[in-house]
Amino acid sequence: MELVMAVAVGILFMLGVYLILSKSLLRVILGTSLLTHGVHLLLLTMAGLKRGAPPLLGGEADAYVDPVPQALILTSIVISFGVTAFFLVLAYRAHQTAPEDDGGGAREGGEMP
Amino acid sequence: MLHLAVLLPFLAAGLMIPLTRRLPRLHTGWVALPVPAALFLYFAARLPDIRKGEPLSATIRWMPSLGIDLSFVLDGLSMVFALLISGIGILVVIYSIHYLDRGTENIRNFYVYLLLFMGAMLGVVLSDNLMVLYGFWELTSIASFLLIAFWNRRERSRYGALKSMLITVFGGLAMFGGFNLLYVMSGTYSIREIILQVQTISPEPMFIPAMLLILLGAFTKSAQFPFHIWLPDAMEAPTPVSAYLHSATMVKAGLYLVARLTPVFGGHAQWFWLVSLTGLATLLYGSFKATRQTDLKALLAYSTISQLGLIMCLLGLGSAAFFFRGDVGAIAYTAAASAAVFHLINHAVFKGSLFMAVGIVDHETGTRDIRKLGGLMSLMPVTFTVSVIGSFSMAGLPPFAGFLSKEMFLAAVLHIRELDILNVQVWMLAFPVIAWIASVLTFVYSMILVFGTFGGKLRREELPKAPHEASPGLYLPPVILVSLALVFGFAPNLLSHSLIEPAMLSIYRGLGDELIPSGEAFGVSIHFWHGWTPELFLTLGIIAAGILLFRGYRRLRLLNKESGGRNYLSRLYDISLKGMESGSARLTDLYMTGSRRHYLLYIFGFFILALGGTLLLKPGLSFGLKTYAPVSFYEYVIIAVMLGAAVAVPFAKSRVAAILLSGAVGYMVTLLFVLFRAPDLALTQMMVETVSVILFLLCFRYLPKLKPERVKARVKTINWIISGGVGLIMTFVALAAMGSSPFEPISEFFLKMSYSQAGGKNVVNVILVDFRGFDTLFEIMVLGIASLAVYGLIRLRLEPGDSASRSL
Repeated sequence: MELVMAVAVGILFMLGVYLILSKSLLRVILGTSLLTHGVHLLLLTMAGLKRGAPPLLGGEADAYVDPVPQALILTSIVISFGVTAFFLVLAYRAHQTAPEDDGGGAREGGEMP
Repeated sequence: MLHLAVLLPFLAAGLMIPLTRRLPRLHTGWVALPVPAALFLYFAARLPDIRKGEPLSATIRWMPSLGIDLSFVLDGLSMVFALLISGIGILVVIYSIHYLDRGTENIRNFYVYLLLFMGAMLGVVLSDNLMVLYGFWELTSIASFLLIAFWNRRERSRYGALKSMLITVFGGLAMFGGFNLLYVMSGTYSIREIILQVQTISPEPMFIPAMLLILLGAFTKSAQFPFHIWLPDAMEAPTPVSAYLHSATMVKAGLYLVARLTPVFGGHAQWFWLVSLTGLATLLYGSFKATRQTDLKALLAYSTISQLGLIMCLLGLGSAAFFFRGDVGAIAYTAAASAAVFHLINHAVFKGSLFMAVGIVDHETGTRDIRKLGGLMSLMPVTFTVSVIGSFSMAGLPPFAGFLSKEMFLAAVLHIRELDILNVQVWMLAFPVIAWIASVLTFVYSMILVFGTFGGKLRREELPKAPHEASPGLYLPPVILVSLALVFGFAPNLLSHSLIEPAMLSIYRGLGDELIPSGEAFGVSIHFWHGWTPELFLTLGIIAAGILLFRGYRRLRLLNKESGGRNYLSRLYDISLKGMESGSARLTDLYMTGSRRHYLLYIFGFFILALGGTLLLKPGLSFGLKTYAPVSFYEYVIIAVMLGAAVAVPFAKSRVAAILLSGAVGYMVTLLFVLFRAPDLALTQMMVETVSVILFLLCFRYLPKLKPERVKARVKTINWIISGGVGLIMTFVALAAMGSSPFEPISEFFLKMSYSQAGGKNVVNVILVDFRGFDTLFEIMVLGIASLAVYGLIRLRLEPGDSASRSL
């Protein structure tokens, strides 16, 4: 399972980076969200995907899955949501003030703005 | 007391503004004058002690942990310089009082800079600690920079100041490196203690690099070839500054350093050759260039360069005595060093007076151009007399002091022929030959200086002002200086016993006991008449050849008056400076393109190279996992759907499609969380994904249309390669990390303690709010800040010209 997950994470990373490298701001934001998914799945995978009960005590299970990465991912999800929301509004404002969707006036290969 | 002496000029500089505010009618220079006068008296009063061979020293602990202390020593060599600095300082202050106009110039700044310089220079020559010496050394560079650019409205002044700053600070930094190498070898910054360790540190591998670096500092400061180029441009400074800094004191700091460290480096052939050959080259080059100048100050600048080269060469020759440690023959070589000290004093005297005389000519006629001047002899008799004595002393004519030092110089270069330790006796002949040629040229430019300015016809119509004699206050300082040149010429032993012999003891420190039989001092014998020596005939030859050359130099076109002398080295400096500027600008333009994509490519490229390289090169990264969990059909399906949606995102044609596809990826991740037994994650992910998609769709109408990326295939390929590389690396890193975790996870602790210690059964939630509650606190803050920022972005609209203080 971990092997498959590692490959899936790699593919998510590849797509995220590819989107970030593109010109359109919307694509960049979509790229960051794909990257975020990749990171979360990576975190989960790194703890080992051994079968066990959810980390809810009281079920009297033999083994539980690791709760630490879950806590970390939960924190990360919230933070990335905040950042994504901010980016989105930033893109909206950038589009309003500089309608050219080329990344807020950054020129390709030209001199500094 | 010694500390107070160094501190006094700084104190005076600091008090200058409050002092002069009280006395607005008094010329600021009169406030500054007591400082050098008091210093001169103080140092002169210490002469008897120094003569007895009892150096004065004082130490204040400053940074003991770094070995840096304010330790000052007044010995023979420092005494020579301290007297020069304070003595000529008095005269320069008097001169500048009459030279600078109180009404039009910012003279308060002038004296503050001048006093700063004086204190820094005293610090350089009195410091025993190398780091303190370096500090004062750089302070002289800064003070000199400020003084050269005193008339900062002029472009040439700023250019000259910057040039001298760059070159001397370059050398100063090299010297700093050399000092630190000495510290590494000897464990101390104290010059006296380093001299005691010469035997142990000289075989060290860093000894020669330290020598080279320190020499670089000394050569740049003392305007040695090819670092002399800053000195002619420093002539844009007011003339008192040129007289003080750029002839008598600052440019001699390098000579001081060489003389001071001769006991450390003296016994090495590299030192001997570098110092004496650089000096010789500078001597010849400077005297040749001086004959070609049309500006009087430029002529004097090149003349200073050449004379500094002469002294440097003598210091190098003097170090030959170290090869004869314990031999009687050594004493003969020390004569070169005594000639160096003697000429150093002489040069300060006559060059200071010449600068002041040229300043008077400039002040009274309005020009320094030799092509416009002439026939001032009868109009300015005092200035003429000063110039004649100064120039004749410079040319080395009897009965002035310059004659004696020239004789001693010639004697030294004649004697060096016999130095056979290095088996290059034939080449040693170059020393007297070049010295003789340079002396002839020196004679020629000295004559040009006098007779070009004061001889010939008066061209009244070409002069901006009607020439007349200067006021006594203006010509008094140079008159005092040239009378000193006369006194030293007739009675050189005044100097030799009081100043030169103690200075020799400092230069040959450590060697003294072996060199001189106990109880005897260096017999510095300078007499007015040595008898019919070979150097006397050389001098006669110099005078004869010089007169011939001077009469014929117009025909020889040696003096290229039209161009003022082309200056390849200065041009090289300009070109390399400009080249560095444009080169760095081009380099920056090359990679700082302003394109976001390029920067991201650098970052990801570096990521791939660094991590990929580590993965490839480092052994010990194992990929074999203990046990992979089995995969079920559901998982395959979910992952396949997720990847399918993700892959479709970059190829989506419309905004809605892209947003929905990305939402699909999020929901698949939620399902994976469910499958991997993470209920809280699944919940949160579903909420967040839903809200995100809603946000996207809300913004959607205002967001830019998703145009198909119109990029070249090459760009697309590069993007795919880089992103593919990142994905591949991440996969490998994940696998490698999973394969090599040597420790048990700490999750057992949380599972065990969750209920017993924290009273909660949902372990994830207990971790979030109890075990690791701080994470949660700040994550809440992140969310708060993000929402505030979103609110601000939407609400705050600044029209052009509005200030940001407008409320939301």
